[in-house]
Amino acid sequence: MSRLLALAAETPARGHRPWPRGEVDAAGWTAAGEALAAGSFELLGLWGERDAVHMALREPQADVIAVLTLACPHGEHPSIGRMHPPAIRLERAAQDLHGLRAVGLPDRRPWLDHGRWRRDSVGEAEEASSEAAAGYPFLPVEGESLHQIPVGPVHAGIIEPGHFRFTAQGETVVRLEQRLGYVHKGVEALMVGADAARMVALAGRISGDATVAHALAAARAVEAASAAEVPARGHWLRALMAEIERVANHLGDIGAICNDAAFALMQAHCSALREQALRAAHSAFGHRMMRDCVVVGGVAAEPASGGLDAVRALVALVRARFPALVELYDETASLQDRTVGTGVVGEALVRQFAAGGFVGRASGRGFDARRDSPYPPYDALGVEVPIRAEGDVDARVWIRIREVEASLALLDRLIDELPGGPSRVAVPARGGEGMALVESFRGDVLAWVRLGAGGRVERCHLRDPSWFQWPLLEAAIEGNIVADFPLCNKSFNCSYSGHDL
Amino acid sequence: MRKILLESLLRRPLTEPPPALDDAELAQLGSALERATRRGLGRSLAIREVDAGSCNGCELEIHALGNPYYDLERYGIRFVASPRHADVLLVTGPVTCNMREALLRTYHATPDPKWVVAVGDCGVDAGVFAGSRAVVGGVGDVIPVDLRIPGCPPTPLALLRGLLALLARTAEGG
Repeated sequence: MSRLLALAAETPARGHRPWPRGEVDAAGWTAAGEALAAGSFELLGLWGERDAVHMALREPQADVIAVLTLACPHGEHPSIGRMHPPAIRLERAAQDLHGLRAVGLPDRRPWLDHGRWRRDSVGEAEEASSEAAAGYPFLPVEGESLHQIPVGPVHAGIIEPGHFRFTAQGETVVRLEQRLGYVHKGVEALMVGADAARMVALAGRISGDATVAHALAAARAVEAASAAEVPARGHWLRALMAEIERVANHLGDIGAICNDAAFALMQAHCSALREQALRAAHSAFGHRMMRDCVVVGGVAAEPASGGLDAVRALVALVRARFPALVELYDETASLQDRTVGTGVVGEALVRQFAAGGFVGRASGRGFDARRDSPYPPYDALGVEVPIRAEGDVDARVWIRIREVEASLALLDRLIDELPGGPSRVAVPARGGEGMALVESFRGDVLAWVRLGAGGRVERCHLRDPSWFQWPLLEAAIEGNIVADFPLCNKSFNCSYSGHDL
Repeated sequence: MRKILLESLLRRPLTEPPPALDDAELAQLGSALERATRRGLGRSLAIREVDAGSCNGCELEIHALGNPYYDLERYGIRFVASPRHADVLLVTGPVTCNMREALLRTYHATPDPKWVVAVGDCGVDAGVFAGSRAVVGGVGDVIPVDLRIPGCPPTPLALLRGLLALLARTAEGG
């Protein structure tokens, strides 16, 4: 029997679907932390609430997923981060959002809390918050001829806000330290008490570029909690949207990465193809980014008449134009000179952080929720997952290229074999707990929800793939020149908003 | 690369021509925008984009303004890297508590005369995030706003339309 299932079976929680959840004691919690440190478990997420902390885990060897819960009546729990560094930022966030103290946590600095939130409850110390706002102690640096470059939160381009503190020796980056949390909007707090429909709408606004994937993850979690079954056509239309979203984002990214290497020609062509993808989405589903198109129980509306033909035309257009662009990328030596060997992340690190998406796949970790934790319709379709070993900017570009091609093939089948029947089912508002793992263009999104008796949200947590990719960017840039940072950053394309929530 | 460049020479440009019958609005926008830009601010307008807490959806559509179909630069409008070089702050929201100071500092770093455009439903009034204790509110709750472009996110065409309205006002001396 799998070790993870054994832990989860100690005191199983009832009505948690589709994977089990179990309550553990401090010893069980620590044992899970040791298994994480030993590499036999992978961390899918760690989140808190007022008096408990939860951890979603995967045991790859046994192909098992489960949630472990530790009650924290005194607001304390043994730190996982002290054994398994990928949990550090998650525990810092739980400390900020729920006041949970991770005992032994090596880094106790606040993470999302910049000391500026409105403290509504009477008695909370205003002084403490203004003290936190005054200064954030960055990690100390010592050594000869080092200088620091602070960047952000407002960056030079049209991108999201975050702060990067570079320590450089000459041109070479010795250390990058990120400070995030600037776009924290309190999404999970807003979800508490909301109905499932508003929860999914909020989830669709966690990271705008992955609105379909986040809404899908949230909707699937609600459906699991309510034991509702979405009709086949609903699943297929959702996948159709998800693949359009993947193609659009990858096209945008490929162009933008090349643009950051001053190769604007690629950006011009890729952004034109991306625009066509957004227009096809608008024709089919009435919104360029398909926002609010995934709802609890299925999809908001049937595709407009002629909409599926627009998607077919998009597939044909990308098929006709994309190969020449791939060739252009492959044959332009000045571009390759910038991308090959730049921003390398090793496989060990990617496995330790269980990083998904192109970041994981470019460094030899092939996890894709569509294949490895399959949900309809991908369980019937099968998904090809490209994988590279180099771990550099170039490999992350190639993964995107191969995924665009794979998604085009999927889109063909999704349209040709689209089942008939209803595309939405009414989901009864009842209590329960559910979790979902959905593959966004960026990697796997985890959603967990507990609904109260009337179907109201008691606690919902969404973990964007960026949580396990951001820390690897710090590793990727080490030893590279400062001027290559935009290139590395774009090749990761982590979400600030998805991370900050 | 030679092949792609040659093809681009032979193929018609993707940039959408202003006077198309079913696209009359864009056509009207194009010429009017050009006139107003010349009158109010010479032949160019410099925009500094500030994400004060958005979900990045608005940023994607603002990016799209630069693609070959909309080609914003043909109107003399461009995005600049520093608020010191900007005439207009294009701000997406909601303004989070953690971004409030950065937004204020960016505003004060922008030389007069300056105009502020609040982009998106969240930029207008915090949208679905209204009421969160981590959110201050819309852009107008932090700095004076001259124009609001709603939408979730606004389409590139809506953004273009909004910039025109702003220019009409600045041309009047407002």
